[in-house]
Amino acid sequence: MKLTKLAAACALTMAAAGIFSNAAQAQSSGDVIRVGIITDMSGLYSDIDGPAGVEAIKMAIADMGGTINGKKVEVVAADHQNKPDVAAAKAREWFDTQGVDMLIGGTSSGTSLSMSKVALEKKKLFIAIGGATSALTNEQCSPYTVHWAYDTVALAKGTGSAVVKAGGKSWFFLTADYAFGTQLQNDATNVVKAAGGTVVGSVRHPLSASDFSSFLLQAQSSKAQILGLANAGGDTINSIKAANEFGITKTMKLAGLLMFINDIHSLGLNATQGMYLTDSWYWNKDAEARAWSRKFFEKMKRMPSSIQAADYSATIQYLKAVKVVGSTDPDKVLAQMKKTKVNDVYAKDGFIRGDGTMVHDMYLMQVKTPAESTEPWDYYKVMQTFKGEEAWTTKAESKCALWK
Amino acid sequence: MSEIFGIPIQAFLGQLLLGLVNGSFYAMLSLGLAVIFGLLGIVNFAHGALYMIGAYVAWFSLERFGLNYWVALVLSPLAVGCLGVVIEKAFLKHLYKLDPLYGLLLTFGLALIAEGVFRDQFGVSGQQYPVPELLQGATNLGFMVLPNYRAWVVFACLSVCFGTWFLIEKTSLGATLRASTENPTLVQAFGINVPLMVTLTYAGGAALAAIAGVLAAPVIQITPLMGSNLIIVVFAVVVIGGMGSILGSIITGVVLGLLEGLTKVFYPEASSIVVFVIMVIVLMVRPAGLFGKEK
Amino acid sequence: MSTAVSPSNTALVSVTRQGKAVWLTILVLLVIAPFAGLYPVFLMNALCFAIFACAFNLLLGFTGLLSFGHAAFMGSAAYVTGWLVRSAGWPPELGVLAGTLAAGVLGLLVGLVAIRRQGIYFAMVTLAMAQMIYFICLQVPFTGGEDGLQGVPRGNLLGFIPLNNDLGMYFLVLALFVGVFLGIMRIVHSPYGQVLKAIRENEPRAISLGYDVDRYKLLAFVLSTTLAGFAGSLKTLVLGFATLSDVHWSLSGEVVLMTLLGGMGTFAGPVVGAFTIVGLQNFLADRVGSWVTVIIGAIFVFCVIAFRKGIVGELLAWQQRRRAG
Repeated sequence: MKLTKLAAACALTMAAAGIFSNAAQAQSSGDVIRVGIITDMSGLYSDIDGPAGVEAIKMAIADMGGTINGKKVEVVAADHQNKPDVAAAKAREWFDTQGVDMLIGGTSSGTSLSMSKVALEKKKLFIAIGGATSALTNEQCSPYTVHWAYDTVALAKGTGSAVVKAGGKSWFFLTADYAFGTQLQNDATNVVKAAGGTVVGSVRHPLSASDFSSFLLQAQSSKAQILGLANAGGDTINSIKAANEFGITKTMKLAGLLMFINDIHSLGLNATQGMYLTDSWYWNKDAEARAWSRKFFEKMKRMPSSIQAADYSATIQYLKAVKVVGSTDPDKVLAQMKKTKVNDVYAKDGFIRGDGTMVHDMYLMQVKTPAESTEPWDYYKVMQTFKGEEAWTTKAESKCALWK
Repeated sequence: MSEIFGIPIQAFLGQLLLGLVNGSFYAMLSLGLAVIFGLLGIVNFAHGALYMIGAYVAWFSLERFGLNYWVALVLSPLAVGCLGVVIEKAFLKHLYKLDPLYGLLLTFGLALIAEGVFRDQFGVSGQQYPVPELLQGATNLGFMVLPNYRAWVVFACLSVCFGTWFLIEKTSLGATLRASTENPTLVQAFGINVPLMVTLTYAGGAALAAIAGVLAAPVIQITPLMGSNLIIVVFAVVVIGGMGSILGSIITGVVLGLLEGLTKVFYPEASSIVVFVIMVIVLMVRPAGLFGKEK
Repeated sequence: MSTAVSPSNTALVSVTRQGKAVWLTILVLLVIAPFAGLYPVFLMNALCFAIFACAFNLLLGFTGLLSFGHAAFMGSAAYVTGWLVRSAGWPPELGVLAGTLAAGVLGLLVGLVAIRRQGIYFAMVTLAMAQMIYFICLQVPFTGGEDGLQGVPRGNLLGFIPLNNDLGMYFLVLALFVGVFLGIMRIVHSPYGQVLKAIRENEPRAISLGYDVDRYKLLAFVLSTTLAGFAGSLKTLVLGFATLSDVHWSLSGEVVLMTLLGGMGTFAGPVVGAFTIVGLQNFLADRVGSWVTVIIGAIFVFCVIAFRKGIVGELLAWQQRRRAG
């Protein structure tokens, strides 16, 4: 039957397509502990987390011995390309078919929000690290989501108030047009106004924009004192470069609301000296951090960012909890993690509170001048430490329904 | 400080000037597209990729061989032109008898291949390319500070555009080219190597894209996506100008840049669709585009 | 498109006993697929794209019109359904219906503008209007812009059949797919379909025979966009979100590839093409990263140069040759 051959061909194609989709499929969670990380591997945020973040997780697994209670620990990684749909679909597939026990969300707030929802639906543990939006622990808080490293409120409270205190009263925001940028601008606006400053205007740019010139012109014509950069990664680097090119830095001061050591490294101290920034960790802040960072440097040939250190910390704490509980059951492990203080290279006396925030110290830092810097990557001086709860949303301000 | 339409005149002029810079790029890119479509009937979706490759050639020759910007301005179009020859001989040759939309689909596929290969090699975050020393610094024009390099871009683009237009419309080489593509058999009978003319035309279009890429390199990040971000807009420019008309695409490109600049003053987000709105309106009123000839 | 692009003329699949046996076999395979270990969400996604490709093929393969902005209709319906089901609390069946109708209305608006042009100009106008729709989706708050419209629940069908179970949802989607597929076959085989075929083969002749060609093309366009919208609405329910990827022009390019690869103007073609491309992307994305784009591009090039009839088209042609020879 000729047409049956046709049917066979169709069937074969579909079977092949199906096999493709399940080639490494259906490994149950029983005999392996699987940690998954979905982050930006190749785009504008790939330096601050990316493949190096995966390495940090591998270091954590190795430092915990590679097995917990006899079960091997593995990590799987995927690139979400900063697209929430890619992240959510991958997360769902991993929970359904790959036996992933714990999901780590790398950079990008949009993807973190979408993965948080999938984790809630599947009742699995999700640790958001690089995604900054405070919505993760406010309007969209979830019993299965822990926000580990920092959020837009902490960043705003740190840099925002420091800059206003230093005299920068009128602000103009250059904002990345998605969840993160909008939230950061909102939180920073609140802080600036509370400190007695004003927000003169703002402009939104598409994520990963190639040319900032026209946005910067708009900023300049606003005559504000401070240009607040409510963006991150490659966008921040390009904004600062363009601001220098167009002479904006002569009439306005730049305030990078979210900056990482990789950005400073990329731009150089000449362009960034004197800038304030708020971060959760610095490789050179104490002896323990230095030791760990040198190990990281040997592998990756650069110093770790705070996100990569947080990847390490979250994995260690998770595996410790799994060891104590004796299983990977998300509810039990979460309960254990919420009972235990976080004490590792990343945080001292940190703890997970009711809205999912991992409360720990935040640091206000200033970028050194070239003269002050004594070695490569020696870029910051710590100006102020916000201890524990000081840095974060207070219970009164919180919009999380779970934490009342 | 006076105001115009409620906006400070400084901001207005500043955005217009930036718009002129963008418009020069549009003109330059749409020029290559118009040449290829006007003379060959191929809708060259790979144009954005060729532009991107042109920029990467410049970057690579600097990184690896230390060849500076001015060398790259010559080297890149030559290299990409050769690539164009290969593409034409290997792929496009088979498509001339078919519906032009197949050419579109094929070049679309080629663009995807190029983008994928470069993405794999370089990631998406982009490479930096320094502004050549001669053109560094900026001039304070009063209403804004204009980096000198951008002024050069306007000058270079418009020179190349009008040079090409002159070549094609006013010289005998151009006449031969136009004749070869309008009536190949007749021209072949005169002893002119028509296939060679055709290949050179495509290579020429590709070279134009590469020059645009080198010019763009110091301004924007060199990323594998830089072509696909622009290609749709450039297509629209060519369609508005009239798909066979070279002068049409040059003028439309510049005007569009200015209009986008204007839009950025009043309603910045809409600047990306200005071109499409115009395109629909133009196609309704003048189906063959502003300067096009109905075929 | 002109006759140079006409699909294989052996395209009309017979409704003989032979034909029915073939389709039944495929149906059975699809029914047992999830039990054979294939991930139901992947299958549902592929089925939605199959519907999208079939809808697109109605326009390209059977009417000869290349629309380069078809994703706009799929995506708009996806957003409409997503918002109605999530934020307005509508039941899923009404949400899907509303999304589908929205796509149809949008198709009518775009079609009225575009139909008057032909060939490459038609394609460009559809692209331009699709970009404008993309822009609207980007700006309008309810879509969530870059973050997308997340957290769309599946709800209960007709108020009492829960759809949260992936397996149950799969059979619903499969049934709907079969319905759309049969519907398209019915349209193509009808007198209206014959006129479309005539228009595709030789439009001036059809005009000279007295047919109001523009009306027929417009109706085909609207039908195509409506079904594309249906695919988008279903996809929102399956995956639980609608994002800008659904309205982006690269998706418009992908559906062209699915149809081309599978076989324009055949019935099974778009389905085969959709499953192949979705399967490829799924399988390769983790393993080879950016090379997926390269492979997709290479398939495009290959299809245009050497494989214009597509998988199913080539198979049918080969079959014809064997019968004749």
